[in-house]
Amino acid sequence: MKTQKLSISIKKLVVFLVITAIILYLLRIFFPARSDMSFEIMREYSIEVIAIFPPVLVLMGLADVWIPREKIKKYLGQESGLKGVLLSMFMGTLPTGPMFIAFPIAGEMLKKGARVANVVVFLGAWASLKMPQIGVEIQFLGLQFSIYRVVLTFIAVLFIAFITEKMHQEVK
Amino acid sequence: MTVALIINTITLVLLIYSFTKSTGRTGKSLKIALTKGLNLAPWMIGIIVLIGVILSFVPPPVIEQYLGGEMTIYQVGAAALIGTISMIPNLVAMPLAGSLIESGASFTTIAAFLTTLTMVGVVTLPLELKEMGKKITFWRNFLAFFFAVVIALAIGILM
Repeated sequence: MKTQKLSISIKKLVVFLVITAIILYLLRIFFPARSDMSFEIMREYSIEVIAIFPPVLVLMGLADVWIPREKIKKYLGQESGLKGVLLSMFMGTLPTGPMFIAFPIAGEMLKKGARVANVVVFLGAWASLKMPQIGVEIQFLGLQFSIYRVVLTFIAVLFIAFITEKMHQEVK
Repeated sequence: MTVALIINTITLVLLIYSFTKSTGRTGKSLKIALTKGLNLAPWMIGIIVLIGVILSFVPPPVIEQYLGGEMTIYQVGAAALIGTISMIPNLVAMPLAGSLIESGASFTTIAAFLTTLTMVGVVTLPLELKEMGKKITFWRNFLAFFFAVVIALAIGILM
């Protein structure tokens, strides 16, 4: 039963890859000049994703198996207060890679009981406050700009996180 | 890349540690990782391809055209919008932004562009909706866009 599910998933993936290849081929035909650059960027992204997606998956698997809900609730849940916010922010600044890798992680966090504000803080930090990224930013845009942007974005992320949580609770 | 290396190493170490503590649980966690991976792989590939398609229509040279030059409120708005629909890796976006500043673009515009580039994602919406739900996705992106403009204006004043 499990292997049946697995082979269906793999088949879907193969079909998907074929469609993707066709789209890329058409792109090359219709936009010969522009597609070069977009291919280059796609390549960059692919490298980033391949470098970080597998370990992220394994970490999520390990976390799923070893970290009980109670722990997540305790450190990231509704009652975790300031520590939870800081922890989420810290977690978001560590990794590298595009933001959409963070979405599955964030989804899991929500499912396991983290509060909405913390999850949004995590996402916001991953999106624009990643430490590896800030290094590159200082290099190309200068220390002054980077400091201003980081501090302002830090504050903005907090606002965004708590307003989003408020809005999310308005359902009830 | 070094960060990626560190993350991979840490993951490997944790995996080995988990293996010594319980082979059963480790096997289970790998199975979870694999199923998740197979489920998410189409999304990842799809997003990257979509990014490529959009960039074919709005490639970096065109972006430079819109973001360089005179700063007006329209330009800041345009910068925010362009950042919303684009997704460029940081390694590419930073040098691009740097060269724009050098050729005279205003910091306000660039700040708007960079903030929405990373925080708001039209291309990634489907995945975000799937993982986070409608409410969070809408509010997070909407607020991120709003604050991107606020940040941009603040930076304009500060610099």
